[in-house]
Amino acid sequence: MNIQASGTNRRISLPLAAALKDAIFSALIAFGLFVFLIGLHTDQGPTGALVVTTRLPQLAMLVGAVFAGSLARALIFGREPIGLGRGLPPWLMRIAQHAGRLAGPALLVFALLVPVLFYHNRYLLDLGILVLTYVMLGWGLNIVVGLAGLLDLGYVAFYAVGAYSYALLAQNFGLSFWICLPLAGILAAFWGVLLGFPVLRLRGDYLAIVTLAFGEIIRLVLLNWQSFTGGPNGIASIPRPSFFGLPFNDEEGGFAATFGLEFSPTHRIVFLFYLILALALVTNWVAKRMRRLPVGRAWEAMREDEIACRSLGINTTNTKLTAFAMGAMFGGFAGAFFATRQGFISPESFAFGESALVLAIVVLGGMGSQIGVAVAALAMLGGFELYREFEHYRMLVFGFAMVTIMIWRPRGLVATREPSLYLATHKPAVSPVKQGLK
Amino acid sequence: MTAPLLTVRGVKTFYGNIMALKGVDLDVNEGEIVTLIGANGAGKSTLMMTTFGNPRAREGSIVFDGRDITHMPTHEIAKLRIAQSPEGRRIFSRMSVLENLQMGATVAGADNFTDDLARVGKLFPLLEKRMHQRGGTLSGGEQQMLAIARALMGRPRLLLLDEPSLGLAPMLAKQIFRAIRELNERDRLTVFLVEQNAFHALKLAHRGYVIVNGEITLAGSGRELLERPEVRAAYLEGGRR
Repeated sequence: MNIQASGTNRRISLPLAAALKDAIFSALIAFGLFVFLIGLHTDQGPTGALVVTTRLPQLAMLVGAVFAGSLARALIFGREPIGLGRGLPPWLMRIAQHAGRLAGPALLVFALLVPVLFYHNRYLLDLGILVLTYVMLGWGLNIVVGLAGLLDLGYVAFYAVGAYSYALLAQNFGLSFWICLPLAGILAAFWGVLLGFPVLRLRGDYLAIVTLAFGEIIRLVLLNWQSFTGGPNGIASIPRPSFFGLPFNDEEGGFAATFGLEFSPTHRIVFLFYLILALALVTNWVAKRMRRLPVGRAWEAMREDEIACRSLGINTTNTKLTAFAMGAMFGGFAGAFFATRQGFISPESFAFGESALVLAIVVLGGMGSQIGVAVAALAMLGGFELYREFEHYRMLVFGFAMVTIMIWRPRGLVATREPSLYLATHKPAVSPVKQGLK
Repeated sequence: MTAPLLTVRGVKTFYGNIMALKGVDLDVNEGEIVTLIGANGAGKSTLMMTTFGNPRAREGSIVFDGRDITHMPTHEIAKLRIAQSPEGRRIFSRMSVLENLQMGATVAGADNFTDDLARVGKLFPLLEKRMHQRGGTLSGGEQQMLAIARALMGRPRLLLLDEPSLGLAPMLAKQIFRAIRELNERDRLTVFLVEQNAFHALKLAHRGYVIVNGEITLAGSGRELLERPEVRAAYLEGGRR
């Protein structure tokens, strides 16, 4: 983003009296809000009846915090929006921008090294796999939401389709993971198109509601179709992936024995880690390539203006359906991976909360930005884990972080959009096809 | 005389129950600049959009180059090389100028892209300097140029322009009208121009139509219409001589 050099010189803070007034006003609102939520508390008394107790110190602390925060805001930023850039000197911003360019490769190298660095830390490896799963889901949804601008609140449905496809195909027909993976993707894409048809004419809020309902329909079908999906009991003992036919066990012909290694259950975890990393990178690569192909460009143009698209000769029906299908396909891949990793799936894993989480990752990362999504997934899931011990405050901190980021960076962590086409020189002497292959 | 490039016959368009076009007849011949003038809400833009099938005509027929396009989907109509610079410009604001032009070339394909880019750049030198800027950061006039340039990238046989001078400084409006004339004279481009700026439009056009409340009330050559007292009274009052 632009460096707001003028902002550092311009006086935007309020005088103390006005700032105090603002702060007192905010504190009053906070008091009104929290007096019942925090200030009063009901407990079961000795006789079993409810007893109201007060928690005045906590209330005072909260109101005080709001007062102090509001005062600081008014003194530093005045009534203008809080801008990170304003507080920082320009040279620091420049360094941050350069660092931003290196963030992608640095993250990739780090991801590649995680199993080496944390080989003995099973917990971190598992967390890494989880984060990468959501990175992949985020990149997949980014095609639908970020590029094509179709707000999809039911993305978890495709994740579920992928997971159940793999689980059922593997259990009923004994197909291996590597055969099921593309099948799961194709099936999910098929469902993506199926969802796409009825919502072709919808946009924005209306589209969001229908996709939300679609996600619920899939979940409820999985929950109630006992004979096929196992209903709420889910599907257990889903086959684990093999290393090109070599199972990860301590028997003769297993992975460890074949390579003359001592058997360790970590082998499988490391394999899963690299598997999801590869799948995520494929998602990223495809999404990036798509942006330079006519269909990807049409997605972006459709996000900007559908009517203009049509009058330029773009078939928006096909464009929408391909966006849904592509996004769904990667959701399906991720679902198949999820099933093989967990070994057990049930409809519980595919509740609305998952869709919301993935969407939050995409929005937080900056719609359309690949690196932003990766960082957001890392921050969100890593953050969740950090606060696992303070279970009660997790959602509070999460919500607070979301609000803060939306104030500072309303368009997401990485809001800039790289054009997909450049002229080689200043003279317009280059073909778009050549550029597209660059 | 050969058949007109675009023939509109008895077209009625509705918004819900409201009849916006009440049976419009209009011809655009190859190589002509035809202008449609009228007040706000007379149905100028509606006629332009109806030609593109959005909204669709409920009655009547629209024929382009011998093909009935009345019921064709919008993108198919565009593929017949009718291009449009729509009302409100509708450029892709988060995409760069170059990407906008690239989208415009969807119909023409990639083969002519370089040549067309150079041609458009010559027509609107201002745009050339802004190739990598986001469309949304352009000024109103530049956005208008971009909208026209984007339409031209499709190598149109018929160019529909909806109020290209809207909200532009007189200097810029003049520049745009000059560009339209240049395109028509040099490339024999057929232009159908919807305008409120009746004086300029009629001076530029070979023929003109006047639309009032969804009906064509007057038709004639640009010069003829300019001299008609009712046109002068209604659209040129206080205008320049």
